[in-house]
Amino acid sequence: MSVSRADVEKIASLARLELSPAEMDVMAREMDTILGYVAKLDEIDGTNIKPTTHVLDIENSFRDDVVKPSLSQEEALANGPDQNGEAFVVPRII
Amino acid sequence: MDVTTLTIHAAKESLDKGEMTSVELTQGVLDRIDTVEPQVQAFITRTSEEALARAAEADGMRKRGEGGALCGIPLGIKDVICTKGIRTTAGSKIIENFVPPYDASVMGKLYAQGAVCVGKLSMDEFAMGSGNENCAFGTPHNPWSLEHICGGSSGGSAASVAAGQCLASLGSDTGGSIRQPASHCGVVGIKPTYGRVSRFGLLAFASSLDQIGPLTRDVTDAAIMLNCLGGHDPKDSTSSRAEHEDYTTGLISGMKGLTIGVPSEYFGAGLAPEVDKVIRNGIAVLQDAGAEVKEISLPHTEYGVAAYYIIAPAEASSNLARYDGIRYTHRDMDADSLLDVYRCSRSQGFGKEVKRRILLGTYALSSGYYDAYYKKASQVRTLIVEDYRNAFKECDVIVSPVTPTPAWKIGEKDSDPLSVYLSDLLTIPANLAGVPGMSVPCGFSPDGLPIGMQLQAAHFAEKTLLQTGFNLEQGLGIQGKRPPL
Repeated sequence: MSVSRADVEKIASLARLELSPAEMDVMAREMDTILGYVAKLDEIDGTNIKPTTHVLDIENSFRDDVVKPSLSQEEALANGPDQNGEAFVVPRII
Repeated sequence: MDVTTLTIHAAKESLDKGEMTSVELTQGVLDRIDTVEPQVQAFITRTSEEALARAAEADGMRKRGEGGALCGIPLGIKDVICTKGIRTTAGSKIIENFVPPYDASVMGKLYAQGAVCVGKLSMDEFAMGSGNENCAFGTPHNPWSLEHICGGSSGGSAASVAAGQCLASLGSDTGGSIRQPASHCGVVGIKPTYGRVSRFGLLAFASSLDQIGPLTRDVTDAAIMLNCLGGHDPKDSTSSRAEHEDYTTGLISGMKGLTIGVPSEYFGAGLAPEVDKVIRNGIAVLQDAGAEVKEISLPHTEYGVAAYYIIAPAEASSNLARYDGIRYTHRDMDADSLLDVYRCSRSQGFGKEVKRRILLGTYALSSGYYDAYYKKASQVRTLIVEDYRNAFKECDVIVSPVTPTPAWKIGEKDSDPLSVYLSDLLTIPANLAGVPGMSVPCGFSPDGLPIGMQLQAAHFAEKTLLQTGFNLEQGLGIQGKRPPL
């Protein structure tokens, strides 16, 4: 399968990225080359092979629910590009 | 005191004897940074004042008999590890002004021993790259040959240790990002077993692959650093409860009783003859030290890159969704809808390689493609895990090149992302399987570029890596050689 400019436009919108038409052309071409290489995976028959998503046998990792100090509101907001001392400010949504 | 060749263990001895103070040592390192930084460009942020203050504290700790093996030792930190009160950019414009309100767990461990941080080191943006050419704040230069890359993504971490700008550094490794630059810059680098070192406070790239590790001037220093960094952390649910050992006990002379496996797949077409020659010599050195050498096979090696470039971008596309223009990132203040805040801020803030990987990952996970890409890649991952399991029935440590060629020239591969991806062929499998890997200086190309040997062992067998690396180092006797800066 080949990656078209329309494909790039669609996934860019899903990924909340905006590309110029020229950038989209380059990206389509490069992704096509990379996915063309990745098609190598088709050589493997996946029947009866369990996928691996995690390499260690760690079961649910629990700890006691103990209240500990955490960031103050001021610290948590400090890096916000727009904040009013109580919350992050965003454009009106509703 | 020559800070360009000083190791952590030698510095500690000197500090313990009172031959120098940490403030003197740190000042020596800061002066060296002043001298060579215009050429090397390993740092994104320098923290000279904080370093001197911490050095003075460390001198106090030492007098009171406190502090650990790293007390008063000047270190550099890859700029993807959160440092409280010190800006942490991950090499990206999108968090150019991010000042973390907390320390990564590894920073807490270093500071508890009395370590000194001299600055934050250059890296490919969000650790995505193999040449450190994707950093929004410039490309560092290889101290051995300034027109060559340092490797990546932990390029600054490797260059700074080689250039004498710190005694050791921290890097992170998702597909070779510690081992590959270590090899290109002639320093030691360890990617520990997945889960050995806490990732809390490491800005996530691909969470099932990422691991923090040290870059050092010799193998002994690597063991000392790993002693400090390892261990279970309740703040990282993937950190392992496996016993945290004293890794310096792995520094044993002699390889008797150990079998080294040489995988035929790692010596195939595309391997530069000068790399082959250096690695074969290294194998002979290990054999002389008493190791048994055995040819082995890791049959699915050739599928590693393809699987990785689905799995890593897929995880990255999810992890990097947090950079949204709202909480701690750059925001386009002209955007007047929420969607535009996301779209414009992200498009302005991320560089080209990061966008490419977010798009690749989004594509691979999108409806209709999941089975063909992500599921298939995860199945191939299983085959690679099994390859290692079988190999370690026959040998204790796998030896190979780290990269098929020595460092390339800066800019040489700009228009060919796939060829850069393929250069990680030999380092990616360790991340997919979670096994520990190490790069140890093994020799030089005829042009004088460093070439490292890669060592890989079973999960949590870091001591075997260190023993092998130690014997290689002792046998070759090149660890004191430094770049002509």
